[in-house]
Amino acid sequence: MAEVLVYVDHVDGAVRKPTLELLTLARRIGEPVAVALGNGAADTAATLAEHGATRVLTHDAAEYADYLVVPKVDALQAAHEAVSPAAVLVPSSAEGKEIAARLALRIGSGIITDAIDLEAGDEGPVATQSVFAASFTTKSRVSKGTPVITVKPNSAAVEAAPAAGAVEALSVTFSDKATGTKVTGRTARESTGRPELTEAAIVVSGGRGVGGAENFALIEALADSLGAAVGASRAAVDAGWYPHTNQVGQTGKSVSPQLYIASGISGAIQHRAGMQTSKTIVAVNKDPEAPIFELVDYGVVGDLFDVVPQLTEEIKSRKG
Amino acid sequence: MSLRIVVTVKYVPDATGDRHFADDLTVDRDDVDGLLSELDEYAVEQALQIAEDADDAEVTVLTVGPEDAKDALRKALSMGADKAIHVEDDDLHGTDAIGTSLVLAKAIEKAGYDLVISGMASTDGTMGVVPALLAERLGVPQVTLLSEVSVEDGTVKGRRDGDAASEQLEASLPAVVSVTDQSGEARYPSFKGIMAAKKKPVESWDLSDLDIEAEEVGLDGAYTTVDGAAERPARTAGTIVKDEGEGGKQLAEFLASQKFI
Ligand SMILES: Cc1cc2nc3c(=O)[nH]c(=O)nc-3n(C[C@H](O)[C@H](O)[C@H](O)COP(=O)(O)OP(=O)(O)OC[C@H]3O[C@@H](n4cnc5c(N)ncnc54)[C@H](O)[C@@H]3O)c2cc1C
Ligand SMILES: Nc1ncnc2c1ncn2[C@@H]1O[C@H](COP(=O)(O)O)[C@@H](O)[C@H]1O
Repeated sequence: MAEVLVYVDHVDGAVRKPTLELLTLARRIGEPVAVALGNGAADTAATLAEHGATRVLTHDAAEYADYLVVPKVDALQAAHEAVSPAAVLVPSSAEGKEIAARLALRIGSGIITDAIDLEAGDEGPVATQSVFAASFTTKSRVSKGTPVITVKPNSAAVEAAPAAGAVEALSVTFSDKATGTKVTGRTARESTGRPELTEAAIVVSGGRGVGGAENFALIEALADSLGAAVGASRAAVDAGWYPHTNQVGQTGKSVSPQLYIASGISGAIQHRAGMQTSKTIVAVNKDPEAPIFELVDYGVVGDLFDVVPQLTEEIKSRKG
Repeated sequence: MSLRIVVTVKYVPDATGDRHFADDLTVDRDDVDGLLSELDEYAVEQALQIAEDADDAEVTVLTVGPEDAKDALRKALSMGADKAIHVEDDDLHGTDAIGTSLVLAKAIEKAGYDLVISGMASTDGTMGVVPALLAERLGVPQVTLLSEVSVEDGTVKGRRDGDAASEQLEASLPAVVSVTDQSGEARYPSFKGIMAAKKKPVESWDLSDLDIEAEEVGLDGAYTTVDGAAERPARTAGTIVKDEGEGGKQLAEFLASQKFI
């Protein structure tokens, strides 16, 4: 059976959820071979094996942390040469897309980004994408070279599928371009203790209607009652009420949770672009004409300062 | 020595219009009004600021696109760019990201550059890969997705806000930079700027000017194939209630019925 390369997104050996989802999709096409790079690479093996990786190719070097993108492209290219896979799958993060694109160019292949589903086809893997702010769904495939495809978080279920997961050292020679862009400083993002926005099963977002940074406590309280991540519209972010890392939409994160709760958000096309594929959508807005209501499964026309605290209380009491 | 900045700008269908596909499954660019991609306005803005801070600099805006893409160039010129290059050729119809990066890279090399500045992503394709592809093709450092950028003494520095960390980056020129919408509001063209733009030079190049064969680009040269496009089924109309004092509780009831609580 053909092998499929899966690029592993991990933090010091802790594998991030989208990579496990990729393993589920990879198994539809062939046998997943994982590529883990940088500090803690070998520590990823047990988790990857549990989810179907037959082999785990690892390599650690200071270059991965000290220089931008290119060292990882060099390594993935080395893995491509070593394995000759049927496809290369990469998580659709900003960095993932850049790595994938440069790899595709080097190996003479096409690239598809932001797939939301993947299946085997007669002429290679078929990717489903959601385009034009999720108003259309397309089916595409790479028609030249080894398909390189990046896949969005929450596109498949994480499934246990124990496999050998044999750790093998990947041999990598860095290109002379690898050290072109130096990372001279790094400030890790402070953990909020809440789930990662793109990975969360539930996202609770606030917009301009929240009216101020201090009022975001209401949104956070609702999020915490549901174990959810917190999102914000660009209007709320631009006003300085919430960090840009939490922005949902075209120029922020694209989320696809089981449940999305929008409060005080009108539902502009650029906001929709980042949340329209959520399974269930709920909104609280005092304007009955707000476009967000066109998307909702359940909407409450009302003042969020009344509705949201009442909802939070009710959830807490139901959960006991 | 003059600093030569090339800004890549894309002409895109208006996101607030009714965007759709043409019969050949390429993006329909005829039925929806087009404009300079808003995200490329940030690239033009940063280029102008870098040029203002430099002793001697020249900002060239470059687009690959149909006849109407000139509108995008005009807008960038009226913001303050010095000159424009329009790559236009019937054979370009249907070109994908790999092909677009080839055309842009050849045009950038022909124009001559020290610094390329791109937007973070096009608002129609939203791939966010062209800047990385340009760096790969040109063989220069990529310093991408910056929310802060500066150039001094032949070095570009900037801040990249990633998922896990915020990184400070540094590279020597020549380099390819892309900037996010966090990099700073783009200026509006002034009346004077709009008038001045009418007299600024716009060069037109076709594929033969760039030594690119028709087979390398367009729908036939594409490395990807779109087999189908379907309009997303309209969401079934949801339940909408007016809050009469129990809205929060009613919402909780709905969430419970869907097993979220
Ligand atoms: C290139 C580009 C990229 C963009 N990218 C993004 C993006 O990534 N994400 C994004 O979100 N936007 C993005 N935008 C901006 C987008 O167009 C909208 O401006 C933005 O989404 C509006 O945010 P909002 O809904 O919070 O604010 P508004 O549109 O002002 O809506 C506020 C809503 O709150 C309601 N409200 C007010 N008070 C209350 C109350 N007390 N109780 C209940 N409801 C109340 C109002 O009725 C209104 O509907 C982008 C725009 C451009 C041009
Ligand atoms: N046809 C084009 N002409 C000029 N610049 C482009 C074109 N396509 C993409 N770009 C540039 O590349 C950036 C990223 O585009 P994309 O990878 O398509 O999302 C854009 O913000 C532009 O700066």
